[in-house]
Amino acid sequence: MVFLSSYQVVIGGHGVKQITIWAYTIGFGVLVIAGLLMVIFGFEILDNPLVVLISTIIPLSISTGLVSQVSTSFSFVYMVFAIIGLGLILISRKMQNSFLAKVVLAIVHGVSGLFILLIPISMVLQGGVQPLFIMISFGGALMGLGGLLIFMYETKKLSIPANSKSILLPGILLLTTIFFSIGLSAI
Amino acid sequence: MLCPVLQVQDLDSDVYANHATKERDHLKAIKRKISLYWKLIKSLQTGLLLATGLAGFMSVKCPVFNIPLLLGVSGSLFLSISGSTMINMWYDRDIDAKMKRTCYRPLAIGDVSPNEVFLVGLLFSILGIIWSIIINPIYGIIVFSGLFIDVVIYTIWLKRRTCWAIIWGGVAGGIPILAGRVLGASQFDWVGILLALGILFWIPTHIMTFSMRYHEDYRIAGIPTFPIKYGFQFTRIMIASSSVLSALTMGVAAIGIGMTFGYLRLLLVLSIGLVILAVSSLIKPSEKVNFGLFKYASLYMLSAMVLMMMF
Repeated sequence: MVFLSSYQVVIGGHGVKQITIWAYTIGFGVLVIAGLLMVIFGFEILDNPLVVLISTIIPLSISTGLVSQVSTSFSFVYMVFAIIGLGLILISRKMQNSFLAKVVLAIVHGVSGLFILLIPISMVLQGGVQPLFIMISFGGALMGLGGLLIFMYETKKLSIPANSKSILLPGILLLTTIFFSIGLSAI
Repeated sequence: MLCPVLQVQDLDSDVYANHATKERDHLKAIKRKISLYWKLIKSLQTGLLLATGLAGFMSVKCPVFNIPLLLGVSGSLFLSISGSTMINMWYDRDIDAKMKRTCYRPLAIGDVSPNEVFLVGLLFSILGIIWSIIINPIYGIIVFSGLFIDVVIYTIWLKRRTCWAIIWGGVAGGIPILAGRVLGASQFDWVGILLALGILFWIPTHIMTFSMRYHEDYRIAGIPTFPIKYGFQFTRIMIASSSVLSALTMGVAAIGIGMTFGYLRLLLVLSIGLVILAVSSLIKPSEKVNFGLFKYASLYMLSAMVLMMMF
């Protein structure tokens, strides 16, 4: 995951515009650091409360990259949404209002997830990119599944052994990175 | 009565068996010696320093295609660095015997003779310096100065006197990259100085995190360290500050080298990780974060060097 993400940072996700390159750099950059921290501290680092905030950066930045590839004018608006969304998640968590924190998280994750799911499909159907680009949607769907699992585990609606969580989440992250990388290589 | 032919065969097989056993024992002895000296040269540390030297050399694009020169740099640096490390291990064997972390080192437990280690270390150092001078006199002088600072100034003179000795340890650590750069560029330039400074600023993160983890060991051995002299919080501030400085210096040096934008972005990502961990150790200090920072700092330096070779 670290090597794949590092490669994507170096090539800027095959982006051309600066905003696209930097958006992918941030998304994959977080994956590089997350991967290194997992190697150093073990998978228990995923229990750290900051993981929720940091894991929001990945879909927000990847979706910003995708939006910027489709529409330059809308990308600025979306970037503002991403920054405000991240700020709201941080504030709602600090306020220790768990209901508000969950609502904000669901909205931000939901919107970014939708963009990651739908934009590649739309671009492939319009014929602007090769069919493999749709792998980004698979990556997005997988990431959404991972997010859902975390949410259900945290709210005690899902009970899985702690060591299974330690294998499942890194596995999802790895597969997501692979799907994103394959998809972006199709540009 | 044994058949004469059988008797002769038996005799031959006995001789053969003895010979084979002697050869096996000889091989085992060689393997054991290599394994002991592998520990004595602190292979990971030597490897990292060698990588910095090669990175400095290859940061100037042209010489990388000169394979004999590249081998010369690798060989001369390896001999000099491992030679000085062995001499340091020889000198510090009394301290090593007192510390839990190091009491199983070959010299501390008497697995190898101190005189032998000193002579081998001296031989390696002399060969390394001579080879360096033959490659290029200025390069040789720089390599010699690194060895001198490391062994004489840092280990023999200052290490047991003051915790600020690590500054000189850092200077010695920055010499391989400076030497490599000077050889490649055929001159001293600001990039080489910055690269050496980047290593110097990185050294506190490397050494101080270590001394925090093993502060009790160092106290028993009577080695002054920052945690003992100035306390843990001040040490953490030093680590965080030096991490930021190291990342900034490496970044500017990378721009000076002409590193392509993509690799610069990756270096930036890795630097951000270093700073985040350093600041975390300041805000929410713990043994785990501290040692995690030590490991990340080592990974960071190795990655930065690889990027400078690849760029």
